[in-house]
Amino acid sequence: MTLKAKVHIFLKNGVLDVQGKAVEGALGGLGWTDVSNVRVGKVLEFDLKATDKAAAETEVKAMCEKLLANTVIESYRIEVA
Amino acid sequence: MKAAVLVFPGSNCDRDCKVAVETTTGGHVDMVWHQETTLPSGLDLIVVPGGFSYGDYLRCGAMASQSPVMAEVAKAAKRGVSILGICNGFQILCESGLLPGALLRNAGLKYICKPIELTIENRNTRFTSAYGDEQTIWMTQGNADGNFFADADTLQSIEDNGQVVFRYVENPNGSINNIAGIVNKAGNVLGMMPHPDRAFEPSLGSADGAPLFHSLQRLLQSA
Repeated sequence: MTLKAKVHIFLKNGVLDVQGKAVEGALGGLGWTDVSNVRVGKVLEFDLKATDKAAAETEVKAMCEKLLANTVIESYRIEVA
Repeated sequence: MKAAVLVFPGSNCDRDCKVAVETTTGGHVDMVWHQETTLPSGLDLIVVPGGFSYGDYLRCGAMASQSPVMAEVAKAAKRGVSILGICNGFQILCESGLLPGALLRNAGLKYICKPIELTIENRNTRFTSAYGDEQTIWMTQGNADGNFFADADTLQSIEDNGQVVFRYVENPNGSINNIAGIVNKAGNVLGMMPHPDRAFEPSLGSADGAPLFHSLQRLLQSA
């Protein structure tokens, strides 16, 4: 079966997210001064052939550990449907 | 000296590194494409050059760290071959796990391209033994992701083991503990953001990078 995988990657809490800070500053400059803790992450989407959902999740986790995320600085969350 | 400079799609300091090694040591330098699955035999030094491998897509150095040649570099590192990663090369070595930590976007968000003053924190490494008693040295740097980061435990062990080799005199990018360059625990893998390959003779504005290459030559002479 072909499944849709989605991977959300963010810098870990405690790791400075300068893009988030810049966006927060820009929002503040536009008047949205109540905004705080902006974090900028990324989302990857792809199709994956797998025998079932569990197998797909195992594969995507391996991809995250090997390439998609750097777990020294990033955390990730996987959705498979 | 027998050296190899790796070439990834997007490397742009590979030629600089070749000329730097040849000029400072008189050594022989082979250029090695990243898809190679073998390295030239008898290498004394592998240079992972600066640039923007794979356009810095995903994360700087991430895709290059998975190139076929990097498996051979990891084996060479284990054998004790000297490995020098400069700028993007430092990022690649961190991504490949040959060095601890990671390089984040510069804290000021700017691409920083300018001469930079460094202190030599450890003169007993194979990369710094030829430095004298100079207080500080100058090299240039050019990067957007030079902000070194390591978690508290990793940072403590890097510091305790004397793995910090270079520090910025004035922190340009938010690097934790002003770190500009580190070695691995074994001391044979160095990663640094500033460019010794752009500072090896006075006509380049600084020759302060030359002793780094002389140090590696000295290592061979003493062997």
